[in-house]
Amino acid sequence: MKGLSLIVRTITDFVVAFIVIFGAYIVLYGHLTPGGGFAGGVIIASAFILLMLAHGKEVAFSRLGVRAAHVLDSAGALAFLIIGWLGLAGGYFFLNVFGRGEPFRLLSSGMILPANIAIAFKVGSSLFLVFAALAVFRRRSFRPMIEDDLS
Amino acid sequence: MTVYFLCAVLLTMGLYCLVAKKNIVKKVIGVVIMDYAVNLYLIIVGYKRGGVAPIVERGMSASTLERFVDPLPQALVLTSIVIGLGVLALMVSMCIRLYEKHGTFDMSQISKLRG
Amino acid sequence: MGNITPQLYTLLVFMVIGSIVAIETRNLLSAVISVSAVGFALSVAFLFLGAPDIAITQLVVEVLVLIILIRGTILLDNTSVETHRDTLAVVTSLIFFGLLLGFGAMIFGSKGFPAFGEPLMRVSKVYVQTGLPSTYAANIVTSVILDFRAYDTLGEATVLFASILGALAILRRDGKTAKGEVVPA
Repeated sequence: MKGLSLIVRTITDFVVAFIVIFGAYIVLYGHLTPGGGFAGGVIIASAFILLMLAHGKEVAFSRLGVRAAHVLDSAGALAFLIIGWLGLAGGYFFLNVFGRGEPFRLLSSGMILPANIAIAFKVGSSLFLVFAALAVFRRRSFRPMIEDDLS
Repeated sequence: MTVYFLCAVLLTMGLYCLVAKKNIVKKVIGVVIMDYAVNLYLIIVGYKRGGVAPIVERGMSASTLERFVDPLPQALVLTSIVIGLGVLALMVSMCIRLYEKHGTFDMSQISKLRG
Repeated sequence: MGNITPQLYTLLVFMVIGSIVAIETRNLLSAVISVSAVGFALSVAFLFLGAPDIAITQLVVEVLVLIILIRGTILLDNTSVETHRDTLAVVTSLIFFGLLLGFGAMIFGSKGFPAFGEPLMRVSKVYVQTGLPSTYAANIVTSVILDFRAYDTLGEATVLFASILGALAILRRDGKTAKGEVVPA
């Protein structure tokens, strides 16, 4: 899959880092401001999708390959499950056993912060994989609308 | 009550598009519209008149806690939106496969029995 | 924020008109773009209804829905023109949906149904009062989905996992036969 023109590639190089930082901010402060793991994970996935659309699939897969995305996906789901099992140590499933801290700080509220991070990894890598499967894998009987697209 | 009724109209239009159209992508669009209608209905049920968003800030008095909108439907809708995205990915991948096998999006051609 | 009912009605009417355009137009790309306009209006409606969490999530998910739907429709440049209309199916569905709407109006106008703007909040009273003291999280919606009801979030992560896995399995390049040998697509 070829990339787009020079203007798009230059702006993408400037902007992708800020999109990832914004997504990480929405994930990490999910227990203090609106947001959380789901919205932040989708934003991080869209940063990688922008990279793939602007530069083509080789550059995007060198940053995050298909195998690495599968590993991150499964690791996020497993981490969420393990956080639930750790609650069994204190009483019942999903009991909040991490330290609480003080309210309104970043490192507070027990297991909500690790759970947000696990969900962000899971959702972000899943959506990147779905886009890679839809747009990049070679299809058989395919008539493209635009000439230089989706080979 | 009219607000609820408009939500029901939106749901019915999505259901009509799912049932009465032949093109399979139009059916997928019908499912998406039904998804929007159900999420909107859940959030409207939880709205409190003159309410504020359920986020506590520093030094907030107890009387402001009375004005929060209902946070429980919002929790349900948050998961519902992301599940709708996953199901849409599955449906569109099936549309693409069907197009490759039969060459058309028309359901009446696809569902003919071939001996 | 004060009375939001006029803004809410405007957005709802806009969504209904957008859905009518999405259903009836013949060009698939126009239909997809109309549905995305409905989704963006829905995100603004969520903001008016006091749900900023949901508005952010709906906005970013709407962008991805647009990308996935456009990829699905770019194969043809217009729909197959429906030359014959299946009259019996359309008439039956219209009668059925008229009955459904009448039934809905009967339920929504009845006495036991909570009016718009006065929710029941039997369980949520406990969540709002004890959200901050017991979980130390300022965002009460996050404390509901990740502390009070974390089991539902586990179910949702499982559903997302399964559906994405299904989509990847359908779009796989090389298939596998029953004996495990690889068949190229």
